Amino acid sequence: MEKILQVKDLELSFNTYGGEVKAIRGVNFDLYKGETLAIVGESGSGKSVTTKSIMRLLPEESAEFKNGEILFDGRDLTKLSDKEMQKIRGKDISMIFQDPMTSLNPTMPIGRQITEPILKHQKISKDEAKKVAIDLLRLVGMPKPELRMKQYPHQFSGGQRQRIVIAIALACNPQILIADEPTTALDVTIQAQILELMKDLQKKIDTSIIFITHDLGVVANVADRVAVMYGGKIVEIGTVDEIFYNPQHPYTWGLLSSMPSMDAEDAKLYAIPGTPPDLLDPPKGDAFALRSEYALKIDMEQQPPFFKISDTHMAATWLLHPEAPTVEPPEMVIERMKKFPGSRYYEGSAN
Amino acid sequence: MTQNYEKLPHDAFTRIPRDTQEAEKISKPSVSFWQDAWRSLKKNKGAIISLILFGLIVLMSFIGPLISPYEPNDQIITHANLPPKVPVIENLGIMDGVGTLGGREVDMYELKNVEQNYWFGTDGLGRDMFSRVWKGTQVSLFIAFVAAAIDMLIGVIYGGISGYFGGRVDDVMQRIVEILTGIPNLVVVILFILIMDPGILAIIIALTITGWTGMSRVVRGQVLKYKNQEFVLAARTLGASDTRIIWKHLMPNVLGVIIINTMFTIPGAIFFEAFLSFIGLGLQAPDASLGTLINDGYKLIQYQPHILLFPAVVLSLIMIAFNLIGDGLRDALDPKMKD
Amino acid sequence: MAEKLVEIKNLKQHFNVGKANEVKAVDGITFDIYKGETLGLVGESGCGKSTTGRSIIRLYDATDGQVLYEGESVHGKKNKTDLKKFNRKMQMIFQDPYASLNQRMKVMDIIAEGIDIHGLAKNASDRKKMVYDLLETVGLNKEHANRYPHEFSGGQRQRLGIARALAVDPDFIIADEPISALDVSIQAQVVNLLKELQEEKGLTYLFIAHDLSMVKYISDRIGVMYFGKLVELAPADELYANPMHPYTQSLLSAIPLPDPNYERNRTRKAYDPAVHNYADGEDVKMREVSPNHFVDCSEKEFAELQDRLAAKK
Repeated sequence: MEKILQVKDLELSFNTYGGEVKAIRGVNFDLYKGETLAIVGESGSGKSVTTKSIMRLLPEESAEFKNGEILFDGRDLTKLSDKEMQKIRGKDISMIFQDPMTSLNPTMPIGRQITEPILKHQKISKDEAKKVAIDLLRLVGMPKPELRMKQYPHQFSGGQRQRIVIAIALACNPQILIADEPTTALDVTIQAQILELMKDLQKKIDTSIIFITHDLGVVANVADRVAVMYGGKIVEIGTVDEIFYNPQHPYTWGLLSSMPSMDAEDAKLYAIPGTPPDLLDPPKGDAFALRSEYALKIDMEQQPPFFKISDTHMAATWLLHPEAPTVEPPEMVIERMKKFPGSRYYEGSAN
Repeated sequence: MTQNYEKLPHDAFTRIPRDTQEAEKISKPSVSFWQDAWRSLKKNKGAIISLILFGLIVLMSFIGPLISPYEPNDQIITHANLPPKVPVIENLGIMDGVGTLGGREVDMYELKNVEQNYWFGTDGLGRDMFSRVWKGTQVSLFIAFVAAAIDMLIGVIYGGISGYFGGRVDDVMQRIVEILTGIPNLVVVILFILIMDPGILAIIIALTITGWTGMSRVVRGQVLKYKNQEFVLAARTLGASDTRIIWKHLMPNVLGVIIINTMFTIPGAIFFEAFLSFIGLGLQAPDASLGTLINDGYKLIQYQPHILLFPAVVLSLIMIAFNLIGDGLRDALDPKMKD
Repeated sequence: MAEKLVEIKNLKQHFNVGKANEVKAVDGITFDIYKGETLGLVGESGCGKSTTGRSIIRLYDATDGQVLYEGESVHGKKNKTDLKKFNRKMQMIFQDPYASLNQRMKVMDIIAEGIDIHGLAKNASDRKKMVYDLLETVGLNKEHANRYPHEFSGGQRQRLGIARALAVDPDFIIADEPISALDVSIQAQVVNLLKELQEEKGLTYLFIAHDLSMVKYISDRIGVMYFGKLVELAPADELYANPMHPYTQSLLSAIPLPDPNYERNRTRKAYDPAVHNYADGEDVKMREVSPNHFVDCSEKEFAELQDRLAAKK
């Protein structure tokens, strides 16, 4: 498969009054053409910062690239000038944000908001751009697009606004679409519609999507591959089945078993104690060790490297070292592993 | 990514127990809101310098008239219109008692046979400008502080009641404020001064009669913002009385904005007092305020520039200092207000 | 059947009554909460679930209807002692871990607020001890008492909010979206704590949320709200296994689950209020279709639902 974006050893810090916040501490991943990569993690894990650094949307005065590169189209995005970056933003890579209300300009009819990026990046006339915009609105499932072009954001519901935002993001047929918690502010029924829409669109126009969310249900719904982030690093990355049915990192275990499943009876939820690490002063070893009941002595000393589980699946935990003791994952995780051929708890084809 | 593992000591892979209490620990030292605000204010150089400068001005306004051998209102007609003269500094060619007389530069002190030194010179009636400037500063600051305090008191109570009780009470109270702000300030003030005897009291009342509306609006806005926040709701579900909610929950949160707003009313009041005195509606002779001194001085700007210069410099310094302190406090107390 | 603790009878909460922008946030809902149970209340934003909670605890004066606590009316004119009595029995946990704690107060004073108001501590050292005990109950310790809220993480703050509510030793707690603002890994901490407390102290909860999987986990019974009305009320398992109101069906079909295989085969049902096609003056109300399973329906729909139920058996 064709790699469309490569993030290599990315390190990024924020310079604040309190000192240097190491928000991203060595992140590596590739994005393939036409896939959806979900990045999950809790607030402060660095998932949003990672994508904002791809878009170079972080405040220049405080955010600083420390190391690494972001390769897109043979160019390193961390080194481009603002002007060059502007040509890429909205054309090759575009972004959808969480709050559909604040990402639209309330004083401009939505038709103009859609045609604006088209006119900026493509050499076509205003009338043609209008036609493209109407097609886009139709594509995102907006009824009577011709009439609605002249309306203002407040005349639309939350779900419709997010559809418009998606239409704007897709206006120039971007190669990469970054969606930063696009459904978090929406109700479940609307969320389901938007997720369906995004999947449909992806089939039609073949963009790659980076989908950031903290909701594992949404991840299971949209993702082809999943990267789990914790404390400014990716701790596990793999296909959606590998992450959900054969997770290897204790943090992934914790995440998966802290959510009740619809059918499981009242087993006590697995609660990860404590709070995420302070990235002003990140721990020396494994950032998750303090909260993990599977911590090893070496976790306190040294950061774990990535261990390969399959060609597509890697996890950064010392538990995968050949000399590490075999541990029993939480019960809810074992239940999941039973469904995965190749895991050590596999019980034949799950029916 | 490496599948060739480095050799690690065997016991590196022993499991260690998890300490749940450790995970709850907060390592940062505990800092209250006010400590934090003080820390960020300390980092603001402009505000700190202004604070020191303002402290010096206040200090001088009290001890200035005392260290000068002359009373502010004592007239020595033979010593009239002397330029400033300060020992030591006179050697630098400034403040050396030299003035212009009939187009020629002469040492006025020698001419008039004056033994003493007047640091800031004297005015047309032979009064010592040094003690008059500091006395005037004292009066101006007094008027401004009292006016600001009254503004604050009325504004906070009025705005607090209006915002907290809301509904019809709020409607009526806000209409009153609107009417008050609708009347031009100067008209009210002039009417007041006409009825009352000009003087400090009249000026203070004139300043406060409409001045508190600004504060009341700010406080009302803040109270409206906070009164429906969940921590206030929580207090209500616990059965807290209105008084408790107002004093324990709303006031500490609104206080920052009240302080900031007061810091901006004080220079406004000083300026307005100076303005009133300047147009002749303020203090009456022989009492001095910065405004009256400037008023006296500007008529003689060509011949006796020092009479205007000193009060004008002090007034400017107070204004600049207050604005910088106010800015610093705003950044420290309410970072959101910056944009 | 267990004893009724709270009875909500035809509760209505309208805002801006008589004005053009009148909002019927809660429009006549009736349900009971039994002693020791957790009743979940779900619905989408703006359906009136939070307003219902706030009306029950008298943060709003109800427009119409009654709330009875142990048979006594909560609303209407009350003297101070009566009100304080309710304040001690009924407490609330809030949604926003940042806005629900006063930033200017120390944790000690935040948690002791109820103790101070009701004069529950004999002296200063007693007060201190009570706060330390409460901190321990919610998994924190006495070192935390002298800190300010902004130094805590979201999950810790939410536990401070729980400790504050527990300080007056209530029987009934309204939890208004207590986990919506928290990260997944932290949600479990809070939910587990709430469950433990319920077992220990025999608390009764009204658990308001939009996250249906958590609601199902913690609740014994669940009520579904839609535009100010309760449309279905049933035991938790029954509601999930056998949703009857088309809105409940749509809501359940929309929840994404952390299970890729399930997600690949999920079909979403849309809800259109027009499907009911009610005639004018048709009597639409909560009817008990099967034991303890109430659905908001018309006479005609009621018959259909019962037919369908019979066919299933």
